[in-house]
Amino acid sequence: MKRRVVEGLEVIATDEPPTEPARLVDDFTPTLIDVGEHHLCPGCGEPVAMRSVLEVIEELDVVKRTIGVFGIGCYTAFSNNLDIEVLQALHGRAPSLATGVKRAKPDTVVLTIQGDGDMVNEGLQEVIHAAARGERITCIMLNNGVFGETGGHLTATTVLGQRTKNTLDGRDAHEHGHPIRLSNLLAELDGAAFVARGAVNNAGNVAKTKRMITRAFETQLAGAGFSFVEILTMCPTGWFIETQEAPDYLADKLARVHSVGVLKAP
Amino acid sequence: MSTPTLLEGSEAIADAMIAAGCRFFAGYPMTPFTEVLEQMARKLPEVGGVCMNAESELEAVGMAWGAAATGTPAATGSTGQGLSLMQESLAEITLARLPLVVLNMARAQGDYFQATRGGGHGDYRHIVLAPVDVREAVDLTQRAFHLASTWRNPVLVFGDYYLAHTARSVSVTPLDFGPEPDTSWALDGSTGGSGQAKLVSPLGSYKQRDHVGYDLADHYASCAVATAEMTAGVEPLAECGFVDDAEVVVVAFGTPAAYVRAAVRELRAEGARVGFVRPITLYPFPSDAVAAAAEGARAVVVYENNQGQMIDDVRLAVLGRAPVEFIGGLSLDSSGFGIAPDLDVSVMRSRIEGVLAS
Amino acid sequence: MMLRGTVVIDKEMCKGCDLCIDACPPRVLVMTTHETNSRGYRYPLLLDGCTACKACSQICPDFVFQVYKYDTPLELDA
Repeated sequence: MKRRVVEGLEVIATDEPPTEPARLVDDFTPTLIDVGEHHLCPGCGEPVAMRSVLEVIEELDVVKRTIGVFGIGCYTAFSNNLDIEVLQALHGRAPSLATGVKRAKPDTVVLTIQGDGDMVNEGLQEVIHAAARGERITCIMLNNGVFGETGGHLTATTVLGQRTKNTLDGRDAHEHGHPIRLSNLLAELDGAAFVARGAVNNAGNVAKTKRMITRAFETQLAGAGFSFVEILTMCPTGWFIETQEAPDYLADKLARVHSVGVLKAP
Repeated sequence: MSTPTLLEGSEAIADAMIAAGCRFFAGYPMTPFTEVLEQMARKLPEVGGVCMNAESELEAVGMAWGAAATGTPAATGSTGQGLSLMQESLAEITLARLPLVVLNMARAQGDYFQATRGGGHGDYRHIVLAPVDVREAVDLTQRAFHLASTWRNPVLVFGDYYLAHTARSVSVTPLDFGPEPDTSWALDGSTGGSGQAKLVSPLGSYKQRDHVGYDLADHYASCAVATAEMTAGVEPLAECGFVDDAEVVVVAFGTPAAYVRAAVRELRAEGARVGFVRPITLYPFPSDAVAAAAEGARAVVVYENNQGQMIDDVRLAVLGRAPVEFIGGLSLDSSGFGIAPDLDVSVMRSRIEGVLAS
Repeated sequence: MMLRGTVVIDKEMCKGCDLCIDACPPRVLVMTTHETNSRGYRYPLLLDGCTACKACSQICPDFVFQVYKYDTPLELDA
């Protein structure tokens, strides 16, 4: 172990692996992401969520059976950058495509990756119908309360008081209506077997969310019905705040409305 | 299935789809498409296929898209209004280079533009086939699946209410189109983890690791090349009758063309120098056949059950060789479903006679 | 102090978001204040006390960290 001095501070040298015997417990880029470098904003929660999803696919040993169906949003940057098979859908339409894939090839493991704008605005009927039908797919919603890719405007999940590009004074119930708590809505449907809401604003939540994702996939593998994981992600750009403030903003503003936890399990 | 059976058009088309290998269908009830969905819901599971009762046309085309991406021969359909809802997806399915058969069980013929120009965004083309009767529909529906998988492009079959609800004695015999085209692009999960995992996307199939990523300019250019190859590679089909010495040529497509054809035959038998061209492929349009028929004619007239749509393509094909006149028009009963009072040989006769006399 | 783990930091991948700083339970990561990588972002430095808990690698949106657990914890002079 070597030390060096940076900015007058004595720190441990971190540009080389340790020379003492050690085990690699976490690697840079997840195996199933081809190229680690991406253009998502500093502090974006979406790559954090993607990492967890892909690690679960590897850990459950279903890499050679998985087809990921992508919606349209910032996360679409990953759709041509994964080492799993991917079907790119239109904004809001991933659940119907995923349904077609799974019904045609029932032995595959099918998931969707969609944002809140994609799933709760454009595609609300698709996810509700897929859940009601009990489609044996796993839908994953990356919820940051804004349309990130088009510049940070309000979506159906934006919370009251949240400032966005087109609600600069904060979302107002009278003017803009109320947010939709999608996980809660879906949990009401008999076809939905597993519904959970996680977050990636701190390491503890990342670990909990990863367990939710695992349970969701296990629900699909057991053929028990529709599984759903909503993941609250940070979007400091869309929230007009510093990256370091985003985890607390998520906890204080989003998670108070869209509460974290398992809402339904088989 | 190869003994002649009295079948309604909807059922015959369903049987033809299954004979062609269709194993996934999704649809939403709408007159006059509903019975096709009913038939597929009953018959597809019997052959191990899947028929989805989608909650909307938008979801129907989405499900068909997903199934098509796995290499499963897939189809969907509706009537014109339902297809209107599907247009964004149909445009993007074409960009994703997927085979898909789409049925328009139309109300009258006002969907000609929607079918041949495409109602979606951007540059794309679909092959469009227009059967005149149930027997031809059985043929063309099978051909549609073959063309779709050969060219990795959606193919539209333009039917209508009359076709759906007419019963004819037909044999649904599976047609042999030769060896199956390559489906190595299809998804089944198995290339995951290989470093070469497959991608089906309307944005192209370049992967980030190839240091190219999505390059839409490049992708749209290669789609344009594929479209041009398809347009050049699909033989335009038309049925022509009595055109060699025709003074007046009548152009009509779909079920009304049977009445035009009958009227022309009657008039010919009485000595009138009249002929007909019936486009069977609406895209690629049989321009050469129309142009050849127009050579030496003193008028080309178009019958269609709408305000004049195919007539644009006829004018382009005729290119000034003869004047082009419209003898069609919107002909409906009060339901609006396209049961046309015009579907009457004597009505067609009198329209054509009007032109012959002038 | 016993050192249970260490990290390799790919500072060129870092976008200076600071999430790792608060995520680290023993609080052994600090951001540079004016040193930046070639893209102009500040990046994290490692102090003594890493436990190889992977909080940093799991929270980092830019895949900056490799985490190692020593086979035998290292004994550090105070």
